[in-house]
Amino acid sequence: MLAITLAVLVGIAVYFFLWGKWGPPAAITRVGNEVDRQYRLTLAVTGAIFVVAQLGLAFAIFRYRDRGQGARYSHGNAGLEILWTSATTVIFLGLGLLGYKAWGAVRLTTAAPGAIPIEVTTSQFVYEFRYAGPDGRFGMTNPKLISPSNGNPVGLDPNDPAGRDDIVVPALTVPVNREIDLLIRSQDVIHSVFVRELRLQQDAVPGLTVPLHFTADKTGTYDIVCTQLCGLGHSRMHSYLNVVSEAEYESFLKRQERMLQTAGGQ
Amino acid sequence: MSLETEISVRTQVARQHAAAGGPRGFVRRYIFSTDHKIIGIQYYFLALVAVLTGVVLSILMRLHLAWPSLHLPFVAGGIMTPEQYESLLTMHGTLMVFFVLTTAPQGGFGNYFLPIQIGAPDMAFPRLNMLSFWITFASFVCMLSAFFVPGGAPISGWTAYAPLSALGQVTGPGEGLGQTIWLVSIGLFCMATLLGALNFISTTIDMRAPGMSLFRMPLTVWAWFVTAILALLSFAVLLAAVVMLLLDRTAGTSFFVPAATVVSEQLERHSGGSPLLWEHLFWFFGHPEVYIAILPGMGVTSHLLSTFSRKPVFGYKAMVWATCAIGLLGFVVWGHHMFVSGMSPYSAFAFSLLTLSIAVPSAIKTFNWLGTLWGGKLRFTTAMLFALGFVSIFVTGGLSGLFLAQPAVDNMLHATYYVVAHFHLIMGVAALFAVFAATYFWFPKMFGRMMSERLGKLHFWFTFVGAYLIFFPMHFVGLAGGIRRYADFTAVAYLSGLQPLQRFITWMVFATAAGQLFFLWNFCWSLRRGQKAPANPWSATTLEWITASPPAHDNFAGDYPRVYRGPYEYSVPGAAEDFVMQDSLPAEKGAGQG
Repeated sequence: MLAITLAVLVGIAVYFFLWGKWGPPAAITRVGNEVDRQYRLTLAVTGAIFVVAQLGLAFAIFRYRDRGQGARYSHGNAGLEILWTSATTVIFLGLGLLGYKAWGAVRLTTAAPGAIPIEVTTSQFVYEFRYAGPDGRFGMTNPKLISPSNGNPVGLDPNDPAGRDDIVVPALTVPVNREIDLLIRSQDVIHSVFVRELRLQQDAVPGLTVPLHFTADKTGTYDIVCTQLCGLGHSRMHSYLNVVSEAEYESFLKRQERMLQTAGGQ
Repeated sequence: MSLETEISVRTQVARQHAAAGGPRGFVRRYIFSTDHKIIGIQYYFLALVAVLTGVVLSILMRLHLAWPSLHLPFVAGGIMTPEQYESLLTMHGTLMVFFVLTTAPQGGFGNYFLPIQIGAPDMAFPRLNMLSFWITFASFVCMLSAFFVPGGAPISGWTAYAPLSALGQVTGPGEGLGQTIWLVSIGLFCMATLLGALNFISTTIDMRAPGMSLFRMPLTVWAWFVTAILALLSFAVLLAAVVMLLLDRTAGTSFFVPAATVVSEQLERHSGGSPLLWEHLFWFFGHPEVYIAILPGMGVTSHLLSTFSRKPVFGYKAMVWATCAIGLLGFVVWGHHMFVSGMSPYSAFAFSLLTLSIAVPSAIKTFNWLGTLWGGKLRFTTAMLFALGFVSIFVTGGLSGLFLAQPAVDNMLHATYYVVAHFHLIMGVAALFAVFAATYFWFPKMFGRMMSERLGKLHFWFTFVGAYLIFFPMHFVGLAGGIRRYADFTAVAYLSGLQPLQRFITWMVFATAAGQLFFLWNFCWSLRRGQKAPANPWSATTLEWITASPPAHDNFAGDYPRVYRGPYEYSVPGAAEDFVMQDSLPAEKGAGQG
């Protein structure tokens, strides 16, 4: 009966993984597609091992059930041990080496010079995205000045002229097919930035600024969620990634600059 | 050669001491006992209380996840708040990892059977053993008290990442006194485990019966021995980390909190610390901890598959070396918990390859288990069913690890329900299957009565099918981007789409939890009414089966064994029966080597 259950289990498992309805939505970056390729390769390898091992177990349970036969007296087989040790070593380490390409493409390279730098500041339980503005430079910040209630969530220093044109918004808007260089920080506890369509996540760690770059090739609105337990609002820490056309991006920046000028002129 | 030169001085002293007979009074005999068998049972019952508490917490969590606005009569305010949910998940993880998965396989069964299986009268340091248990007990009571202090239990998870856990009440409810209590409790637990580990190691090295060479030790003993070494090296680090975090919280140090940390518009008075330091220290303990939970289960599975296949373990030495390799590699893979933590992406590559390497000895074990079954004569006792279930679950839970071991793939799966499915199967369910297998197998020895096989099999089917129905769908929740440790899935549109799957899982949790009542009923009923157990009900070969059920105070009633052969001599050609006990005299020269 256990043998049959195992066989049924294998059938159901294979069916659901091949069906694929519950998978993630399509990736929107080249790196994301590479991650998917590596995922599918791993699925093929582990899937084959899963089927062989579970069905092997089921077969042994069925074939060698006690029917009054004698058991074989054997302490093992050194040849077989060497065979499966070397086979698994090659397969497992091979997977790891192949997977390194996708990791390297995003983590071991820095953003190209033309990339748009955007600073991500996390705190309980919000994201703030800072654009450098027309001067292309981020202004200085001071932790003593951090005060969301006074409209200064990232602690911009008013005495630094470079900071006067910095745009700080609660959602991330980026142009399509342009490389974005996120600089991820946290003010209080560890948070994280996860966009499943990018196939990327990165913890935001107090005291560190961690870079993360990507180039989205499909417009749309995607969820940004926090994956690192950060307190009671963890499951509601949420923002959006808007991937828009170049023209829309320009008008977004213009609109923000105008708002900044109106606010500054008051 | 005289007996005195064959056994250690410590063993001689222990034998003399044991010959004097056990203590008489109830308190010295059953409560503050130095008898490793009583202490083993105490650990087992402590784990039983902890696992029941942990299961109740998980049922509450599943209820809330499936129906977030459900009114719960026992929750203040009716609807569970996010912080209540997070304190439940923190305590669920803590209770299960420390007080169940560390306590039952090692403290419980290891304590009871390691000395008997090597032919010793007791542990090397019986009083230290008693102290280990009672410190663990104090730690458990301390941990539960966190529920009842102002602010409640901590909300930072069993991993207690700083600075969330380092700054006090300001970061959230439960992060005040509750988190401090948690740290004190874990500190106590570390000390108890360190003392226990010293005892296990000394006993294995120093107290083996004449003839019990290292390669004649049952694989269970090997597993407990290697586990004890892991515990000694890893809990020491956790203890240090916990003390540092306590100092950050109470003495104004800054081990884990950097400068410019601002919480609720208040600049914290800390500078120079590193949150990643806590992660490194925690996972330097945390990863070996996974093996502390599962290695004894692997030992039990090998032991039982051989016994009920009536066949020697396939590749005994390969199994021993694989156990040692897992123990060794277990210390150099902790970084795979931190691929996206902000750690150097170059070290991720090293940790990835080392992690994939540790899958090799795990695969060796799986192949050897299949090899043990192959050509056997399988007897499907409840204990055997749980051992077979262990193999199946171990394969399933292990293979998903190959995805998470690759940093590129981990980019999309980290901290999702995929991880929840992975570690529950490989660490939680597999280890519990081994605990159940061990219970059904050794209950007759421990309590002198047999358990009901009929109830046992019902229990097995509910648990085996239930575990797959709960944890298999979780892989898909994770693939779709379902984040773990979320109090509810309704705030984000795509997460609410996963609600039907979440509800299905919750129903399966109810069914599986209900199936555990068969076990509880069987356990309680068999304690009083079970059929009387003979000395060797399973026709097994190792030393615990040469003595009475339950064994005498000194384990062997003065008749200490001498060992002549390996632990798994089943179906030896020419032997009168299909098993040859480890202490059976060799019939003729050269027979029964192993």
